[in-house]
Amino acid sequence: MHKEFLMGNEAIALGAVAAGVNLVSGYPGTPSTEVLETVAKRRADAAYVEWSVNEKAAMEVAAGAAYAGARALVTMKQVGLNVASDPLMSLAYIGVKGGMVVLVADDPGPISSQTEQDTRHFAFFSKIPCFDPSSAQEAYEMIQEAFAYSEKYHTPVFFRPTTRVCHGYASVTVKDADEYTLHQPDGFTKDTGRWVIFPRLSYQNHIKIEERNLTLAEDFSSYKRNQIIRSDDLLDSSGGIAGFPDSKTGRLTAPRKGIAAGGISFTYVMEALKAAGSAPVLKIATPHPFPERLALEFLDGLDEVLCIEELDPVIERELIHLCGRHHLPVKIYGKLSRHVKNAGENTRDSVSENIRGFLAQKNESAEGAADLPNSPVQNGAPDLPVRPPILCAGCPHRASFYAVKTAMKGKKTIFCGDIGCYTLGNAMPLDMVDTCLCMGAGLGIAQGVGRIEPDTHCFAFVGDSTFFASAITGVVNAVYNQADMTLIILDNSTTAMTGHQPHPGTGRTMMGEIVTKIDIEAVLRGIGLTTVETVDPLDYEASVSCVRRVAEEPGVKAIIFKSPCIAVTKPSRSMHVRPEKCISCKKCIRELGCPALIVSGKIVSIDASLCTGCSLCSQICPTGAIVNGKEGDGNE
Amino acid sequence: MNKNIVLCGVGGQGTVLASKLIAAAAMQKDLPVMSAETIGMAQRGGSVFSHVRIGEGIYSPMIANGEADIIIGFEPGETVRMLPFLKKGGTVVTSSRKISPVTATLSGSSYSGDGMIAYLNEQVKELYIVDAEKACEEIGSSKVLNLLLLGAAVKSGALGLSEEDIKAAIRTRLPEKFHALNFAALAYARPARCPRK
Repeated sequence: MHKEFLMGNEAIALGAVAAGVNLVSGYPGTPSTEVLETVAKRRADAAYVEWSVNEKAAMEVAAGAAYAGARALVTMKQVGLNVASDPLMSLAYIGVKGGMVVLVADDPGPISSQTEQDTRHFAFFSKIPCFDPSSAQEAYEMIQEAFAYSEKYHTPVFFRPTTRVCHGYASVTVKDADEYTLHQPDGFTKDTGRWVIFPRLSYQNHIKIEERNLTLAEDFSSYKRNQIIRSDDLLDSSGGIAGFPDSKTGRLTAPRKGIAAGGISFTYVMEALKAAGSAPVLKIATPHPFPERLALEFLDGLDEVLCIEELDPVIERELIHLCGRHHLPVKIYGKLSRHVKNAGENTRDSVSENIRGFLAQKNESAEGAADLPNSPVQNGAPDLPVRPPILCAGCPHRASFYAVKTAMKGKKTIFCGDIGCYTLGNAMPLDMVDTCLCMGAGLGIAQGVGRIEPDTHCFAFVGDSTFFASAITGVVNAVYNQADMTLIILDNSTTAMTGHQPHPGTGRTMMGEIVTKIDIEAVLRGIGLTTVETVDPLDYEASVSCVRRVAEEPGVKAIIFKSPCIAVTKPSRSMHVRPEKCISCKKCIRELGCPALIVSGKIVSIDASLCTGCSLCSQICPTGAIVNGKEGDGNE
Repeated sequence: MNKNIVLCGVGGQGTVLASKLIAAAAMQKDLPVMSAETIGMAQRGGSVFSHVRIGEGIYSPMIANGEADIIIGFEPGETVRMLPFLKKGGTVVTSSRKISPVTATLSGSSYSGDGMIAYLNEQVKELYIVDAEKACEEIGSSKVLNLLLLGAAVKSGALGLSEEDIKAAIRTRLPEKFHALNFAALAYARPARCPRK
């Protein structure tokens, strides 16, 4: 054993490696991405690792490996699970042979996601067991246990960390390489009665699954990470007794109170109890199947329980259900009773406030607690700068959006966006994203709008990684159903938003192989598009005329704006403003919104530390005041 | 030793490396460490923070309001934003160089770094200001803001780590060719150069 300072996701990856994982597949998505990358970085010799084309593909690859007896891990963010849910729902009925862990990272807040969906609910829905770690150290150990449970019960299991567990760091005690489990897959055994899903098999397996989950609930009641934490010191900070029998008289001085929590919120509860007083805590590490026996033991003798959890009130509903089924006179508080906010992430402070309020209540007249304060009001503080995320200086997406905007000025248009860095094209002054729903949706939405408003020029913008992940079906649909739309591919040769992962168009795999690039233009022509033009968005004139020309053609047509992400290429020399030529019209600032363009005094100047020399600003400057190179170096 | 440290700034300024160095320095002293930081979409030109917690008996990587021993601010407005985390009598080390957001440039509204420093002066007793522009010029690199601020934090005494501790962390985490430059930045802070308001 040794200690390492690890991000939660790195700890999860090393835990999977210690469990002898044979295959890891996934699709990038914050906050899950670093798990797969860490396995590749630390142990590519021992495990096969791939970025799959999307989450559905990743789920199926992992399932196949587990059918063949391997220990398999598949990783994704919560919305990725929606894409992978088709294979998963059926896989729940079929089961696995080797251990299979489905890692789905949830994102309370949400901090970088479209939804605040709760994968614990997906566990109930699919009847698949779910593990919910509360810290990096626990996650490291728990994923090893998750593989063992998966094999013991022949079922895929969910492993569901949230953002603060995924991206929190800690000094974690981990195994040395010679302590790792070696898992030898014993291969796929043909058995159509086991691996081929038919209605009759589903019915039979459904019966078994319901029985199994009763057994698992009992098993989980003894699982060490589900626990009741009782403090020896029952005095609260004010010296009073927080709802427990007086040790001398045995009489109750107040309602007896407990707190139930899971995930990162459990750590917030434990921190809050340092100051707010004592109460027994039920820690739920496996929200499904719910450890009922343990929960009943916790509820026994309590009058009130406050549930602290993020996203949906899963623990709260389970406890209410238990109280109802067992006729327990325990009041359960939480999100449903409006004692805890029901959207956004919990914080140390919100949880402290919840617990202080709960423990201070004298009796059950607690309905409808007050709204929770956020951070304390800063008296007299000056207005703080607002910093929404924006496209980087030199980002080719800015040029692509600007070219389309210029070309289509004055025409009736809709610009359907998609998921990726280019969602930031919605920000002022570009304002070029009219809709954004989920990965690949822009194509379908553009088609739907076009059916209702035939006089609108319908555009769909999609990135290169998203194109492969989930846009191809939409193109086929458009061509087959004779839609009239313009597809804009923003090809920056990487998966930029999540940290530059390779994809089918990059010609590299996660195992480091150099492979044939899948050519987007050839794919589009193969589907049947006759107009597919590729243009460099940093050539402003060429881009604008290309859009004008292509948009007027009938049917489905595409433009590929091809220019690499500035984070994966060397910048050229920064631009600079010739002050004598700048007339302070500020067109560059008003129209481009590039963070390298700043106003200094009356004129515009360029922050050389940010500028990549993309030259878009110099191409639109009406007086030619923006030039390449340093002043006086002969390049003007 | 128990220390709660908040680092903050604008995406791309180097807060993450600074927090990693603090953590590495604490781990070399066999102290448990937890930290948390901004990752993902919020990084792009947005406000970023790191929380670093050192010592026994810690459950959560996140710091609560009024709990930070020290705030190390890479940008004056971001320092003010994090002020609710500072405990009573806590220390603030901040760069005085402002970074204007694109939103301010677009709307023509003025954002004044001096206003932020003035406010910090009113609110914080233990305030150390680093003139990053001058310091980077004197050292000859614009990439050492994080070590300049760490140096000032060490000198303030509120970090609980010595210059030697940070140096040891630099040796393990950065390529050798960058050691001398970073050591110079770390040693730069002196009372005359980084005045306590």
